[in-house]
Amino acid sequence: MYEFLTSMELYTFLKGPMVWVAFSVFLSGSVYRVISLLKLARKDRVVYPYLNVKYSLRSLVHWLVPFGSRNMRLHPWVTVFAFAFHLGVIVTPILLYPHIALWHDAWGIRWWSLPEKIADFMTIVVLVCCAFFLLRRVFASEVRFVTFPSDYAIIAIVAAPFLTGFLAFHQVVDHYRLMVILHMAFGEVMLMAIPFTRLHHMFSFWLIRAHTGSEFGVFRHSRDY
Amino acid sequence: MARMQRRTVADLGFDETIKNLSPDKIARTIRYVLEKEAAARLKAYVDTCIHCGLCNEACHFYVSYDRDPSYAPVAKVRQTIWDMIEKKGKVDPETVKTYARIGFTECNICRRCSMYCPFGIDIGYMMILVRRICGLLKVAPSYLQDQGYSHMYTYSQSWVAQDDWVDTVQFVEEELRMNIKNARIPLDKEGAEIMYSPHSLEAKFKTNLLANIAKIMNVARVDWTMPSFDGWDSTNQSMHLGDHETMGMVERMHFSAGFRLKVKKIVTSECGHSFRAAVYDGSRSLGWKEPPITYLQPTQLFFEFVRDGRIRIARKIEEPVTVQDPCSIVRNRGLGGMLRSVVKAACEDFREVDPCLEHNYCCAAGSGVINYGPPWKFLRMEGGRAKIRQLQATGAKIVIAPCHSCHKTIEEMIDYYKADMHVMFISELLVKTMEIPEDMRTPEGKGSDQ
Repeated sequence: MYEFLTSMELYTFLKGPMVWVAFSVFLSGSVYRVISLLKLARKDRVVYPYLNVKYSLRSLVHWLVPFGSRNMRLHPWVTVFAFAFHLGVIVTPILLYPHIALWHDAWGIRWWSLPEKIADFMTIVVLVCCAFFLLRRVFASEVRFVTFPSDYAIIAIVAAPFLTGFLAFHQVVDHYRLMVILHMAFGEVMLMAIPFTRLHHMFSFWLIRAHTGSEFGVFRHSRDY
Repeated sequence: MARMQRRTVADLGFDETIKNLSPDKIARTIRYVLEKEAAARLKAYVDTCIHCGLCNEACHFYVSYDRDPSYAPVAKVRQTIWDMIEKKGKVDPETVKTYARIGFTECNICRRCSMYCPFGIDIGYMMILVRRICGLLKVAPSYLQDQGYSHMYTYSQSWVAQDDWVDTVQFVEEELRMNIKNARIPLDKEGAEIMYSPHSLEAKFKTNLLANIAKIMNVARVDWTMPSFDGWDSTNQSMHLGDHETMGMVERMHFSAGFRLKVKKIVTSECGHSFRAAVYDGSRSLGWKEPPITYLQPTQLFFEFVRDGRIRIARKIEEPVTVQDPCSIVRNRGLGGMLRSVVKAACEDFREVDPCLEHNYCCAAGSGVINYGPPWKFLRMEGGRAKIRQLQATGAKIVIAPCHSCHKTIEEMIDYYKADMHVMFISELLVKTMEIPEDMRTPEGKGSDQ
C-alpha cells in the first residue's frame, strides 16, 4: 500500500489524467446542477416573475460585505471566521505559485501569485477556520442538534487538501512525494465533490439570494439583511 | 444529541385524526407534496443548507425558550422536511403528529429566519409545506380545522351566516348614530371608492371594532361600502391549514365582491393574516403577481387620512406609546413606516422598540396560532416571552398593534406576565384622539369616545 501511494505511476496519473477528470466533473457537474435548478424554477411559478436585478444585488452586497447584515453583527466571531475561511479557500489555490507553475508547464499560461509568506498564512487561516467550524459543531448545542456525519465529512473534504498541501510544501513529513500525492488526490476529491454535496452552495448561494432579495425588495418592501 | 422535549397537549385534531392514517396514505401524501407540488425552492433549500445554525437567533420561540436548540428554525426543518425526505415519506402516524406539532404550533411563518439565513433560505416556505402535508392528512389543531370548515360552509371564519351579518351591520349603525349624527354604513353601494372588508369577529362579538371603523369612515367622509353578500369576510384560515384550494376560493370570492360592487379598492380589517392571504398567498395561488384590485391594510388607509388631513387629531395621547410590527404587514409588506407615522401623529411620547420594523419579533400567535384554543394558550404565552420583554423594555403604557392576532395575544400576555400596559388597534387610537366635526356631533356623544 505504501509503495503504491508513493509510486511514480500514481503521481503521474494524479498530476495528468486525473486533473482532467476532476475539472471536467467539477465544471460539467456544476453547470448541470445550476441549469437543472434554473429549469425547475419555472415550475415554481413564483420565482421568475419577481426577479429583480437591483434588489438581487442589494441583497448580495449586504451579505458579501463583512458585517453588512444584522445577523453577522449578532455573531461577530462566526462572521470573521467565515469570511476569512471563504477568502482563503477560494483565493489561495488560485494564486499559489506552485499551482501557477503547473499551469505554466502544461499550457504556458501564468498570472500573479501570492508571496509565499502570505500564502502560508492564508493556508493556516483556512485550517484554523476548519477547526473553528468543527469545534462549533461539537460544542455549540444549536449546531450540534442539526449536525450529521456528512457535515464532518464536508469539513474534512475541504481541510484535507490544505493540510496536505501545507505539509508537502514545507516537507514536514519524510516522504515528500507521498504528501504531494495525497494533496493532489484530496484536491481532486474536493473539486469533484462540489457539485454533488452541499459544497454546491458556492453556486446556489447566488441564486437563492437573488430570489430572496428580489422577493423582499419587489414584493415585501422590506430588507433581507 | 439533544432531544425534542415537549409537554403533552390533548387536541382532538391531532390525537383522533392520526388514527385514520395508514402508512400508505402518509407516504403518498408526503411524496405528492414534496415531489409534485414543491419544485425548485425546496430542492435548492435542502441541497444548500449547510446546517450552520445561524438562523437560530431569528426565531422568537428559540429566544423565548432560553435558546433551546430544538426550537431553532433549522432544527424544525431537520425534524420535519429532512426527516420526510430521508425516510421517503415512510413514517408512522405518531411521527406525522410530531410534524404537525412543529409545523402548526412552533412556527408562526413570520419569515424572520429568511432574513437571518446567510443564503436567504425561506424556512417559512418549508413550514408551509409541512402544514400542507399535515393539512391534507387532516392532522391539525381542531379549532383551526373547524374554522377551515366554516370557510367552506359559510365563507366566513366563525360560522357567521350572511343574514347574521346584515343584521349586525344594522344594529352597529343604529348604535353609531348615538355618537355620530346621521352616521351611515352603506351596504352594496356600487362604484364606491372603498369596500371595507371586516374580520368575521367584528361581525360576531367584536362589533365595537366595526363601529370604530365606521366612525372613522364617516368622520373622514369617505365614499365607502361593504358587501351584504358572501365575500364580505376578509379572513382566510384555510391558508394556515395548508388548504390552498379553499384559500383560493375564499380569496376569489373576496376579490369578486370588490369587482361586483365596482369599487376602487378593498380595505381589509386591522388584521395581518387576511392581508397576507389577499396580497400574497391567495393572489399567487390564483395566478396573480399582485392582487387584481388595489388592496390596502387599514394602516395604509389611516396613514393617508392623517396625512391628507381627512382625520384631524384633537388631543394626543400623553402616555408613552410603542408599537408592535405585525409580520404580515411589516416584514411582508413594509408598512412599518406608515404605522409609526400615524402613531406619532396621535401620541406625544412614542417609544421605539428594539429590534424594530422588519427585524421585530413575531408575537408568537401568527399564522393561525391565536385560534388554536385553550389547549395551546401556554404556547403563545411562553413563546411570546421575547415579545413581552421587548415591549416592557420600552417603558410604554400602550402598545399599538394593527393585527387581531398580535392584539389579542399581547393583551393576554400582559395579563400573564403582569405587565403594566394595554393594547390598542390604530382605529381605537384614532377614535380616541380624532376631532369629530361640528356637524356630526350629537347631544349624547358630544364627539367623545363611546
